[in-house]
This record gives sequence, C-alpha cells and structure tokens, in this order.
Amino acid sequence: MTDIIKAFITGGIICVIAQLLIDYTKITPARIMVLFVVTGVVLGVLGIYPAIVEFGQAGATIPLTGFGNTLAKGVIKAVNETGLTGVLTGGVKAASAGISSAITFGYIMAIVSKPKLK
Amino acid sequence: MSKKITRHEYQHLVEKTMPPSRVFRDVLAAFVTGGLICTIAQIFFMGMESLGVDEETAYMLTTVIMIFLGAVLTGLNIYDKIGKFGGAGASIPVTGFSNSIVSPAMEYKKEGYVMGVGAKMFLIAGPVLVYGIFASVVAGLIYYLWIQVM
Repeated sequence: MTDIIKAFITGGIICVIAQLLIDYTKITPARIMVLFVVTGVVLGVLGIYPAIVEFGQAGATIPLTGFGNTLAKGVIKAVNETGLTGVLTGGVKAASAGISSAITFGYIMAIVSKPKLK
Repeated sequence: MSKKITRHEYQHLVEKTMPPSRVFRDVLAAFVTGGLICTIAQIFFMGMESLGVDEETAYMLTTVIMIFLGAVLTGLNIYDKIGKFGGAGASIPVTGFSNSIVSPAMEYKKEGYVMGVGAKMFLIAGPVLVYGIFASVVAGLIYYLWIQVM
C-alpha cells in the first residue's frame, strides 16, 4: 500500500514540475516533453534518477523522465558490456519495447479511430 | 458611492488576480492526474511482481501496458478530455507520449497513410526520440571516455 502512495506522490510531483514550467515560462508542452526526456537521461547517467525509481517505482518510470532514465541505464550497461559500440546500441535497445509498442499501438489506433468532429 | 474603475483598470485587476488561482488549479489537477496515472501503473507493476516477473521486465511491461491504454483512450477521444483537465499531469506520463502519437496521426489520416499517418505520428514523439536518443549517445560516449581515464 505504501508503494502505491509513493508512486502517486512521485508521479504527481514530476507532473507538477512540468505544469509549473508551462504556467510560468510559457514553454510549449512539446518542448517540456523533450526537456523531461533529456533531463531523465542526464539524471539517469548521474545515478540520481535510479534513486528516485527506488523510491517511487512506477511513479518514477512512467513519466517521460523515466523514459530518459531507461535510455541512460541501457547505454551504461551496453558500454560496460561491449565498450564503444555500446554507445550506439544501448539506449535504443533498452527503450525498444516502449518505442515499438508506441508505434504499433499508435498506428493501429490511428487507423481504426475516427477523429472527433470539431 | 461605489468606486468606478475603467475597463482598462478592470482588465489590469483581472490579470493581476487571475494567474495565482489558475496556476493553483492547474498544479493541483496535474498532481492528481499524473499521480493517478502512475498509481494505475504501480498496480500493474506490483501485480506482475507478485506473479514472479523480474523487476526489469515488470517495469518494461508496465510501460507497454500504459502506452497501450494511452493509445486506446486517445482513439476513443477520451484522453483529450483527460489532457484538458490534467495538463502536464496527462502529457508527461508515457500515456501522454502515446497520445501525442495517435492524436496527430488520426487528425492527418486524410493526408494519406504515408505522409499523413506515417509522418504525422512523430510530430511530437519525433523530437522526443531525437533528443532522447541523441542525449543517450552523448551520455554513453562521455561515460565511455570516463571509464577509460579512471
């Protein structure tokens, strides 16, 4: 039960940071999404984000910072295992399930659904 | 006698008093929406762990499930409403990433399956992947050089 509350709070706070940036800086949501993924990569490589995941679990992995952390974790693992080639393979390999499922489900849903009439 | 204020002064007053309450509402909605989406994910994650799925796979499958839900809810025109209410609380979770793929793809279907659906899917997801993957390569290179030196 406490893990669920921790996930709620962690995910909530990450989204609040994004919302404050949108409200106070007028950065567009698309740029916020880019910013959060890159921030996730940086915090992931520095070992800070893994500690946040330790605490918030899915509350930390589900926001886009978590996607960035996955990329970072993957590239570090690949560099440790295969050296320089890991620089190019690690990130996408770790994120592959997310990328492929987003493309597959996204494509199918776009094909079968009708946009709402405006 | 009540004090009369000009339309301009009124406008100024509105601008001065509106933002804090609007920001408070936005932030609260983002907290609740983002928190609830992560809570749903957490329940899937814990369910899989209790079935003996290893942690890494459980995180991966949780992300896949949330991407699936985001795509379906977007297709049903429900995620747009969640987004309107929750703001960043709806766009920052991976369900929002999924929404950013399906939404323009649906919208531009009339421009064809290649340059419409195929290209517009990545209107927002494209930049996210470009900068995310590029950052991971730069980070990987720095890490590689770091462990050579150390």
